[in-house]
Amino acid sequence: MTLRIRQPGGGPLNWAREQVYRVLCALHIRGHGQGAVNRKALSLLALLTILLLAVVISLGVGGAEIGAVKVLWHLAYKIGLAAGGVDDFSARVLDSLRLPRILRAIVIGATLGVAGTVMQSLFRNPIADPGIIGVSASAACGAVAMIVCGHIILGSHYVAFGPYGVPVAAFLGAGLATFVIRVLSRQDGHTDAAIMLLIGVAINAIAIAGVGIFTYLADDAQLRSLTFWQMGALSGNGPADVPALVVMAAGVAYLLTLGTPLNLFLLGEAEARHLGLEVEALKRRATIMTALVVGAAVAVSGIIGFVGLLAPHLVRLVCGPDNKIVLPASALCGAILLVGADAVARVIVLPAELPIGLVTGILGGPFFLGLLMREKKRRRI
Amino acid sequence: MTLCAQNVRFEVRGRALLDDVSITLHPGEVLAVLGPNGAGKSTLLKVLAGELAPAGGRVTQNGVDIGHVPALVLAQNRAVMPQAAAMAFPFIVRDVVMLGRAPFRKISSRHIDRDLVEKAILLADIGHLADHAYPALSGGEKQRVHLARALVQLWGMPNNTTSQSARFLLLDEPTAGLDIGHQQGLLAIARREAEDHKTGVLMILHDFNQVSGYADRVVVLRQGKVVAQGPTDQVMRPDLLSDVFESPIRAIADPDGARDILVSSNAPVSR
Repeated sequence: MTLRIRQPGGGPLNWAREQVYRVLCALHIRGHGQGAVNRKALSLLALLTILLLAVVISLGVGGAEIGAVKVLWHLAYKIGLAAGGVDDFSARVLDSLRLPRILRAIVIGATLGVAGTVMQSLFRNPIADPGIIGVSASAACGAVAMIVCGHIILGSHYVAFGPYGVPVAAFLGAGLATFVIRVLSRQDGHTDAAIMLLIGVAINAIAIAGVGIFTYLADDAQLRSLTFWQMGALSGNGPADVPALVVMAAGVAYLLTLGTPLNLFLLGEAEARHLGLEVEALKRRATIMTALVVGAAVAVSGIIGFVGLLAPHLVRLVCGPDNKIVLPASALCGAILLVGADAVARVIVLPAELPIGLVTGILGGPFFLGLLMREKKRRRI
Repeated sequence: MTLCAQNVRFEVRGRALLDDVSITLHPGEVLAVLGPNGAGKSTLLKVLAGELAPAGGRVTQNGVDIGHVPALVLAQNRAVMPQAAAMAFPFIVRDVVMLGRAPFRKISSRHIDRDLVEKAILLADIGHLADHAYPALSGGEKQRVHLARALVQLWGMPNNTTSQSARFLLLDEPTAGLDIGHQQGLLAIARREAEDHKTGVLMILHDFNQVSGYADRVVVLRQGKVVAQGPTDQVMRPDLLSDVFESPIRAIADPDGARDILVSSNAPVSR
């Protein structure tokens, strides 16, 4: 079997890719047909293993160190494999602090990874991301507006809404942004993906300005909770998060089925139609679903940037661009990134905790720059 | 069972790109579309493919108005080879060709798909490129990839000979960017599809002698109107073509062939 290397040239990235291929070739799982299925299964299995490892490590680190053995023993006890749990303190830390947090990280990471993949395919643009078309920022704007002006907008009903007011506002913000982008980018019954991307950039700027205005109006107590929406946090809102988590799970499950349609879309809208795809329907469904899940993600955790951009690109470096693999692999990769970033956020400034959006920004920003540099070099050749 | 445009009109901001155009593509024939730049050739192809909805008239595929048929049903009986298609992500050539099997993904098997893809790759002469990244190919190589993709779509299901519907292949300037050998190869493939599989082939061409050599019928467009339509030898006359293209064209006898060769010449047609 011959070695397939996508791009000629050196560099550590190509070297790493070559090694991966070499291993896959040796295992006779590269190639077509049945082999491709095995390769897909193997990539997903590898990512799942990494995710489980990340979860175990992340459960152990933080203000109170808990050994890996203890963590595994506790998990085994939880699913009924081990008799007798670990000591009371560790069990309490794991159950009420770290497990819910890490589960949120997994769901939100998977959501952002899948949403990023869908956006990049939909806009046929490798730098698209839910943050870029302003959906995340608009959701945050909605949330911030509710925190600062909620008692004015809802009056006496504000208390009745209780903890649901802010997530619902985040949701409405995301929905409104998507609606506006779709209406503005429609022309003669068609939507131009490039125009849509630019309109999204403009909406993003407006939403960020909106967040700024509400921040300016906020009092000291409100400012603290505003930080949460702007910089992201996985601490959650308790039971108020449940509807959003359900929306994310269902939305991601739907988006995962769009592998082949999105592959066709990458050929171009006209070509996708020639191949039997109802292009407008796909664009409508995919953008609305993406807005829903991103709105839900922001409602739970605030703005967490770069995961939606990073995850699909990392996956494509190893698995190639086929969305049938990239979608599920990006879900796993996004979850890994967020679980990892969360662990970093919890240990780096002990005993305090860094907002997770800062961690993903610090790690994601340079990666984004690297991506652009690589693109620039490729264009020059 | 034809692909048929009836009195089609298409406008952009009040300007008619197609005006009362009626053409019929029959199974088993090669129909060439000829005309100067901006005559509406590509627009006509897009209207026939269902990509643009006509402002007047109608387009039917196998007797049904294509406005009322799901894109998937159209795609199972009609393939289009576009002029150029860019892909932002580095798909492997073989995977791009495989996308042509998408209309049959619910009814085909992996085995059938793979066989058809390999066959099309050989026909389009891209075997040596099959494992390369698509964006790294040259323009002509990309064209051949799209030819292979259109072929695997066109072939549909191999055992489906009982199907009542005819199949159609639409080629938008398929020879653009190809070297002369691959141009002849492509035209021969189109010809064979028409003869062996009773496919209706429509292609937009610019080379008069390729039209004379490979087409059964010709449609000549100018400024959105059909100015001539008929069997190749009746339409490909130097006087008609000189008039349409506003450039002197003459026929000279080919010492080795039965057919005259059409040449463009700025020299006076007669002294």
